[in-house]
Amino acid sequence: MIHPIPSGTRDVLPDEMRELRAIESAVRATFERLDYGEISTPALEYEDTLARADVGDAKPTYRLFDEQGAVLVLRSDMTVPIARVVGTRYPTAPLPLRFYYLAHAYRGVRPQRGQPREFLQAGIELVGSPSPEGTIEALNVLCAALEAVGLEGYRVGLGDASLFPTLLDELGVAGESRGRILHELYSQDFAGLEREVARLDIDADAAGLLVRVPQVRGESAVLDDFAGGVADAALASVRAVLEGVDAKARRRVIVDLGLARALGYYTGAVFEVYDPALGVPLGGGGRYDDLLGRFGRGLPAVGFALNVERLHIALMGEEPR
Amino acid sequence: VSLTFAVPRGALLAETLDLLEGLGVATAEVRDNDRKLLFADDGGGGLITMRPSDVPTYVEAGAADLGITGKDVLMEQSERSVIELVDLRYGRCRMVLASAAGEDRAAEALRRLGVMRVATKYPRIAAGYFERTGRQAEIVEVKGSVELAPLTGMVEAIVDLTATGSTLAHNGLVEREQIAVCTARLIANPVAHKLKATEVDAVLARLRAAEGVA
Repeated sequence: MIHPIPSGTRDVLPDEMRELRAIESAVRATFERLDYGEISTPALEYEDTLARADVGDAKPTYRLFDEQGAVLVLRSDMTVPIARVVGTRYPTAPLPLRFYYLAHAYRGVRPQRGQPREFLQAGIELVGSPSPEGTIEALNVLCAALEAVGLEGYRVGLGDASLFPTLLDELGVAGESRGRILHELYSQDFAGLEREVARLDIDADAAGLLVRVPQVRGESAVLDDFAGGVADAALASVRAVLEGVDAKARRRVIVDLGLARALGYYTGAVFEVYDPALGVPLGGGGRYDDLLGRFGRGLPAVGFALNVERLHIALMGEEPR
Repeated sequence: VSLTFAVPRGALLAETLDLLEGLGVATAEVRDNDRKLLFADDGGGGLITMRPSDVPTYVEAGAADLGITGKDVLMEQSERSVIELVDLRYGRCRMVLASAAGEDRAAEALRRLGVMRVATKYPRIAAGYFERTGRQAEIVEVKGSVELAPLTGMVEAIVDLTATGSTLAHNGLVEREQIAVCTARLIANPVAHKLKATEVDAVLARLRAAEGVA
């Protein structure tokens, strides 16, 4: 007898479970060693509560009603619930706060290889530690966790969510054309970006910059072309992070100025984990300095989440065959 | 080059192979071989050939680093996470709304019935277009010759790709509205775009130098 389960969900049987648990143990031991404390929150939250945060494309898609008619949703990430916990349970606690989690999140994505609708995340939130120190610590923890898991070929792309909007401000691009340009950037359509930039009434150097900047990626030397004069603050924070991370992370972090993440709450540094063994990112994170304020305690914060199942696929993909 | 290219068979193939030749990729074997699908080179890269609508699938999954396909395919599969790098300018076609010559049956259906029936191989492009233009349409997805659908009275109009308009004219159909202009695009897998940045940028530089493309 075949009894179906909802699209995008799956059962995990012992062979796979053992391997997933091994990954979880390595990640958990790393987080504990680095002084992070595990946190658990309910899978169900009030929709109104989570809606305080702008999660962009990662909105919760599973909804139900409780017996009072309140709308409940399955959380789409752990960052927003943890922001709620900080506002509610840690109104005056000394800083910084260090949390980690190993928990499922739920999104209405199209099911494909390694991208189910219920997925297991391993991540941290570092609350009350500003840029660049907090970002540096988060990247060090990220790389320590990935090394502990035994992933070999990974790199971490580092960009800044404020970079391109700042650039548009400096060049005086506003209104509808600004929205169209940002849309092309967020949908990673560089041909469309070129087309929209060509329609702007700005000089050729400025137009060239708008087209070139999102495609700047690679080892830290690629930043040498930007000696000064454009988006200085955002570029300075990228440089400060690159120079601040420990030796282990330095071998892994690459610059990626075109990085645009689906979550809408990022305000500064953003990063994403790539491995040649998998065609999609394994996870990522960034700074969200405005998010905590929406839950009553305005604090700078940074975090990341790794998709444990994708990590598993990449580890298997790295095995020699 | 240590990059794997997803190459579309069909109308875009000849110009795509010329383009790759210009990039220093060996294409003679593909030209001589109709059946073979996978052409590896010595440097760990190569070419894989497939129908154009499969190109985003292989590139998104990372089975190919770069791919060439039509904008029509990318519009229809807009949820794919691939990076669109360059408008290659060739393979120019237009996505149009067409109906039988004479009085526009589709306009009449919309006026008198409030809805028109439209056959297409591009249900998402069609649905999006009618939504944007505020009209009710019942989308009928077909896999083969779309021109047949209005001739049999199953639908009043079609949304389809046309290069010269001759197939439309041959079946007694006329273009009523243009929805989009579609050309070939170079796309990249997001991870390969970061981890093989040097190789990808070398391809882009040669493209821009050779073709003078945007």
